[in-house]
Amino acid sequence: MKTVLPYLLSGISVGGQYALIAIGYTMVYGILRLINFAHGDVFMVSGILMVYLTATGLPLYVVIPIVLLATVFIGFAIERIAYKPLRTAPRMSIMISAIGVSYFLQNLVLYITGGLSKVYPAIPFISQSVTLTLFGVTLPTTKVATLITPPLTILLVIGLVLLINHTKIGMAMRAVSKDFETSQLMGIKINRVISATFVIGSFLAAIGSMLYFTNYPSVVATSGSMPGLKAFVAAVFGGIGSIPGAVIGAFIIGICENIIKGLDLILFKAGITHKMLGLTTFSDAFTFVLLIVILIIKPTGLFGEKTTDKV
Amino acid sequence: MKKLLAILLVLCMVIPAAALGEEVVKIGVYEPATGDSGAGGKQEMLGMQYANELFPTVKMGDTEYKVELVYADNGSSSDKAPSAAQKLVSENVSVVLGSYGSSVSNAGKPYFGEAGIPAIGVTCTNPSVTAGNTHYFRICFLDPFQGTVLANYATEKLGATIAYCLGELGNDYDTGLIYNFKQAFEKNGGMVVDEYFQTGNTDFTSYLTNASMYGAQVIFAPCSLAYAALICSAAGAQGVTTPILGSDTWDSNVVVDAAAGQNITIYVSTFYQEGGSPEFDAGFKAWINSDSVHLANNNGNDMISAVSAMGYDAYMVALEALKAAGSKDPKAVNAALWDVKYDGVTGAIAFDETGDAIRDVAFIKHLDTANSAWELAAVQGKD
Repeated sequence: MKTVLPYLLSGISVGGQYALIAIGYTMVYGILRLINFAHGDVFMVSGILMVYLTATGLPLYVVIPIVLLATVFIGFAIERIAYKPLRTAPRMSIMISAIGVSYFLQNLVLYITGGLSKVYPAIPFISQSVTLTLFGVTLPTTKVATLITPPLTILLVIGLVLLINHTKIGMAMRAVSKDFETSQLMGIKINRVISATFVIGSFLAAIGSMLYFTNYPSVVATSGSMPGLKAFVAAVFGGIGSIPGAVIGAFIIGICENIIKGLDLILFKAGITHKMLGLTTFSDAFTFVLLIVILIIKPTGLFGEKTTDKV
Repeated sequence: MKKLLAILLVLCMVIPAAALGEEVVKIGVYEPATGDSGAGGKQEMLGMQYANELFPTVKMGDTEYKVELVYADNGSSSDKAPSAAQKLVSENVSVVLGSYGSSVSNAGKPYFGEAGIPAIGVTCTNPSVTAGNTHYFRICFLDPFQGTVLANYATEKLGATIAYCLGELGNDYDTGLIYNFKQAFEKNGGMVVDEYFQTGNTDFTSYLTNASMYGAQVIFAPCSLAYAALICSAAGAQGVTTPILGSDTWDSNVVVDAAAGQNITIYVSTFYQEGGSPEFDAGFKAWINSDSVHLANNNGNDMISAVSAMGYDAYMVALEALKAAGSKDPKAVNAALWDVKYDGVTGAIAFDETGDAIRDVAFIKHLDTANSAWELAAVQGKD
């Protein structure tokens, strides 16, 4: 157990960050049936904004709200500019448009940063190192961000679920995700609902980016692609369209990935193997193999809705 | 109308060349300006640009030629490198400088070879770059040397018997150095655990946990700058006090910034120690500070990276070769390069029969994280 603990801890933390991104994917998919490929890049742009705004010398309590608002605005603007005009177009066109936005954001940041990695500013308190003792077990030394990620993620998800189940806009979202056209006929302002989805998704991505880049403080133009891809896998894994599914999927992916990185050692210490197998290398490969296996066994993901073909 | 337009366009192209009336010789700069090694590549280019500003012309035969640097960004990745190399070939450069990083040098090598253009590797340390060809030269030491030096330092000075090596999967530079380190370290009676991470990885916590679980007394991570910075900050956050050994890529103010104020121990092997040539140091610092773009490319301060000094020397070696060749024909330059001897800021440079510089010492530097400065730990030879 003592051997597994550090891997479990970093797995849960990474999982929480993936979860915050994965919610953005899954909500947009639930409502628009669109995989928003630009979402990972919104996450990265949020990181870059933080770097440049802090460099202007503004205090952090001003910078953080600005970053949150700006990221939300970017998400909103992307939807209005790149997706809304294509609402009646075939679904494939919107998807291509999303890929276009993703490359646009990456290249824009590449141009602005000159291709160099930017050091993410330290946010006081959450970038400090701590050693906690919980129930008599000493946790490995880590940043505060690692420890607050899982509870914060869960708190945000509870808030989101309450919003979806108990507010008017939440009800509208559920209606739109059930039947796009009928809800339009029933007088739901569909554009407002879709914008709200993008706003929520981008807001969570911005929070995710603060936690993620505090832990791994280097931002480059492609920083969003790997976490974005993993979060997308998590969303599909949990059943795309389902919020609890995305969160649980993200935690599973995060934990698996980190356990695999230490699997050699865990097996060795447990006396199961007697030499190093070099399994560490396969941590990413394993994530995707897991996805394939789940999709073969349960094509709609862990919590996916059953789709019935209507004639 | 179309004809008139065509004539005008042709004139546009001819007139500037005729109006200048100056002979130009082109030197290709084949360096990464973007990607994982972008920061290092830019610092290396700064050395070349500084040298170009000090010595903007070269006298070949009786004519004074203006030296023009032609840039091609190889993007730190072997799939973007070929198009950068082809760009330089189509620009008819006489000689190529670069690159930072061995994988990209290897990727560009065949294109330069086909065009008969010689290339001078600046800090690509993998043996495969110059092996088996007659057009790639290099002015730095090689990985078998660097790996041995670091392994010996780890055993003798740090007293380590278990080493944990971490590199990027599929990167010639990382895997080559780890292999050489392993050979030497095991010969010294030590034990080595080596692990590799995927390109684009940002989370090094689990790898560092592995290192401490294996009981490693030294961590050797010869990887690109972007990863080096992440490893430093992860080590700082986890309170890893095991000494971390870095290779020549780590000798950069990017690492200094990432490690600033943290309780970690870092040693690197490198080509040049600030203070080796006071004249170069002073001139280069003044030049960096004179321009905000230079300052930004040097990561915001005027600390001198060894790669900048190497870039400077590479340019000077190219000028020597051009002088000796007396022509801007790449083939003549290639033939002349074999006999070039030059006393650079990083030491005397002469080439052996494979085209490698004959170098027998490396500088080992220790990072003073409290004051953000490098201090010389040892000047280490192979034995």
